Amino acid sequence: MPSSPHASDFDLECHKITKRFGDFTAVNDISFSIPKGSFFSILGPSGCGKTTLLRMMAGFLEPDSGDLRIKGKSMVGVPPNKRPVNMVFQHLALFPMMTVEENIAYGLKRQGTPKADIPAKVKSALERINLPDAGPKRIDQLSGGQKQRIAIARCLVLNPDVLLLDEPLGALDLKLREHMKVELKQLQHKFDTTFVYITHDQSEALVMSDQVAVMNQGIFEQVGTPQDLYYKPQTAFVAGFVGDTNRWSGSIKGMSGNEVQIETKDGLKLVATAAGQNLATGQSVDIFVRPESVVISRKSDALVGIENTIQGNVESVLFDGANSRVLVRDPSSGDKIMVTLPQTGEFNDLQAGQELHLGWRLAQAKCFDKLSMSAEQLADMS
Amino acid sequence: MRNMNAPKLGVILLMAPLMIWLFALIILPHVDMFLLSISEKIAPRVYETGFANYGEFFAEPLYWNTFARTAIMSIFTTIVTLVIAFPVSYYIAKMLRGRMKAILFVLCLLPFWVSELVRTFGWMILLRETGIVSTFLQWAGLADQPIEMLYTDATIVVGLVYTSMLFMVVPLVTTLESLDDSYIEAGYDLGGNGFTVMREIVIPHAMPGIVSGCIVVFMLSLGNYLTPILLGGKESLWFTEQIYAQFITRFNWEQGAAFGFLLLILSSLIVWGGLKLSRQTLSETMG
Repeated sequence: MPSSPHASDFDLECHKITKRFGDFTAVNDISFSIPKGSFFSILGPSGCGKTTLLRMMAGFLEPDSGDLRIKGKSMVGVPPNKRPVNMVFQHLALFPMMTVEENIAYGLKRQGTPKADIPAKVKSALERINLPDAGPKRIDQLSGGQKQRIAIARCLVLNPDVLLLDEPLGALDLKLREHMKVELKQLQHKFDTTFVYITHDQSEALVMSDQVAVMNQGIFEQVGTPQDLYYKPQTAFVAGFVGDTNRWSGSIKGMSGNEVQIETKDGLKLVATAAGQNLATGQSVDIFVRPESVVISRKSDALVGIENTIQGNVESVLFDGANSRVLVRDPSSGDKIMVTLPQTGEFNDLQAGQELHLGWRLAQAKCFDKLSMSAEQLADMS
Repeated sequence: MRNMNAPKLGVILLMAPLMIWLFALIILPHVDMFLLSISEKIAPRVYETGFANYGEFFAEPLYWNTFARTAIMSIFTTIVTLVIAFPVSYYIAKMLRGRMKAILFVLCLLPFWVSELVRTFGWMILLRETGIVSTFLQWAGLADQPIEMLYTDATIVVGLVYTSMLFMVVPLVTTLESLDDSYIEAGYDLGGNGFTVMREIVIPHAMPGIVSGCIVVFMLSLGNYLTPILLGGKESLWFTEQIYAQFITRFNWEQGAAFGFLLLILSSLIVWGGLKLSRQTLSETMG
């Protein structure tokens, strides 16, 4: 598709998009733009509206209000077969009655590609996904990872402006999923196409994306780079949903500049950095601290100068090689704190019941206005 | 030793009703029928083994003409049934959800709670010279005299299509339901329109259902006796009528048995040909 000199720098733009099903608002007034050639993920728990949003981009649903533009052209009212987007379905939807070649050729035939050119295009697509001999195979003869790649090739051979991916890695086993994450990112580079990827798996979103939008209850909580979301969450939901985290609930006792003093209902006094908006004394808040931000020591004097310190006993050691963690119980409040074990060897002999001193810096503790969900609900989602 | 034999006895007992059924009601009568069909009547009460009864079928044009006519009309009935049942099944399986789907499906089943004889009489009440349709057309001024709509080939086909509809709708709805919506969506997403999605994705997927529905409808039409006789009258020339006539009217059981076997063989050949044409196998279709 030749691009005019005034063509937008954005491959896909959504402007105030809303979709309701009866009384339920699935997508609520969302606006965003996806730059050309980027990998954009929409991350959210199931039921947050991300599938609805994707289906509106593909054309299977029409927005109730708002505009959706692809390369500057409004797509409202354009049926799915006339849109310059293609979709990789959750269960891939490779046509079982056709061979791999026929699957890839299907879209080319519909585009009206001259019959003589189709075999060459199919061949080159198969070569680009490193499956040059798969052409005559039947779909049920392929492995999970091969099916993935064929499903992507079937779309990319059509040179869409935007490729939509609806959690395509969900059905794969863990090891293959890790492998496919890397491969998807490489395919995106190779084909230089804009990818819109929806998932509820934060690791998929963080590893592959240039930009991630965290979606919850029909709205975007935050849009940013994976680093932004992880290190600079803007809402309590993002802080709790993206990455693992420890969480305390309490109320604000005092504020000085960016520093907030909080007391939990068990009387624990903590200081944190104000990260949410409109914080005021007396307000109920949540504090989030990442497990890897917590420093542990066997002696209390090693933690001098660190703003927050807690003494506790090891509840259990969760050994997982480099990702080993330790669960520490604070005897005064009963809170359990997750801490990443430093890989220095110093704590390799840690046993349940041992006493530990924990500390974390002011900057590592982020304070947000209270989240409406409990920790368990949040954990269920991620 | 007992442990070895115990499950075997169980299997034998479980299989027994099926085996008795197959043997007593299907194999035994057919063996007897075959023996009967190869007995030639030389003189009263004198028989000789031979295939003259089969030869009679090919020697007498009336017989094989009747068979050809029956087969062609049955094929035509099958095609008409498929053409009507496919959109109905697609609508039930793919367009409807929940309650409406169940209601429509039951509506398809409902006529089959009434016996075939009663249903066929229903058609006669509608279509006879003094029937409802004829009277209505005269009342509406579209006809100036009573119209006899019974006893034509078209009436036979209408009756057969009506009788067979369920046996086409059920396998079609089943196979179409097993087609995941995402295949249809993918078909559109990759640029297909309604026609190409139907031709490239829906019909190839539904092929086993189409073929099994067609086999059942064809066999039922070919072997139907009641509907062609009642709606087609004496001139209906349906092959089952010939068999009936040999057995009952002419008391020529040997000839009737031969015709019965020919019906079985020739209809099997037609089904085999149909499977070859549609590139399906029987195990795929029925399994």
